[in-house]
Amino acid sequence: MELLERFAAGDLEAFEVLFRQHQREVYAWIVRIVRDTGIAEDLTMETFWRIYKYRARFEPDGNFRAWARRIGTNAALDHLRHARHETPLPEDFPCSPGADPAVRREARDQIRNAFHELPAKYRLVATLALVEEESYSNIAKAVGISAALVKIRVFRAVRMLRKKLKSLGVEVHVK
Amino acid sequence: MSNEELNEEMKELLKQSIAPVKDGELRRDLWPQMLAKLEEQPAPVDAIPWFDWALAALAGAALLFFPGIIPALFYHL
Repeated sequence: MELLERFAAGDLEAFEVLFRQHQREVYAWIVRIVRDTGIAEDLTMETFWRIYKYRARFEPDGNFRAWARRIGTNAALDHLRHARHETPLPEDFPCSPGADPAVRREARDQIRNAFHELPAKYRLVATLALVEEESYSNIAKAVGISAALVKIRVFRAVRMLRKKLKSLGVEVHVK
Repeated sequence: MSNEELNEEMKELLKQSIAPVKDGELRRDLWPQMLAKLEEQPAPVDAIPWFDWALAALAGAALLFFPGIIPALFYHL
């Protein structure tokens, strides 16, 4: 029996092999969304717990990597939804060292706060598309929506950010 | 200004405030913790639960009887 078939049948050893093969990739994807190493580790575990829980739904001839990424994205999205008003902004990924000195610290904080206040589903696609520069098609596969819808969500996120920043008096135009 | 230009402008602004994650490397093996979690809280095999089917049926009925909500649904997707 193939590894994926054994996993789908509930074989713990097969699950361990898959876990060790994919944990780094799942973590690397999640940490780019939640931007906190400790939370990303917890969500990686949560992702694999869901993977094991929903193993009966997995088609053994399917793409385990894509399936794991999608479950990981959902776990990260759940976290963003619940943590939005509870946790402070993560500090372990500080501002870009090459930041334009003209953009004052206060303005940077306001931008980060405004970004943090975006609804979770918009923050997720905006983080991946605008900060991490991930392609729309990769984001679409991970979220389970079309690339066109990703593009729409990114545009809406940008519009919400511009509106918020304008109300805070932050200069939106970059030089 | 086009949508693409607005996105590019916001991308530049965000880059100055939020750096991309450069080091996304997992520094330890999470399997021992995973195993402990599975032993402590065994994950049941979960097929599609009945309430998912109930929710799908409810949504289908709502769309059938109130087609006017379809544009609103698309907007919120």
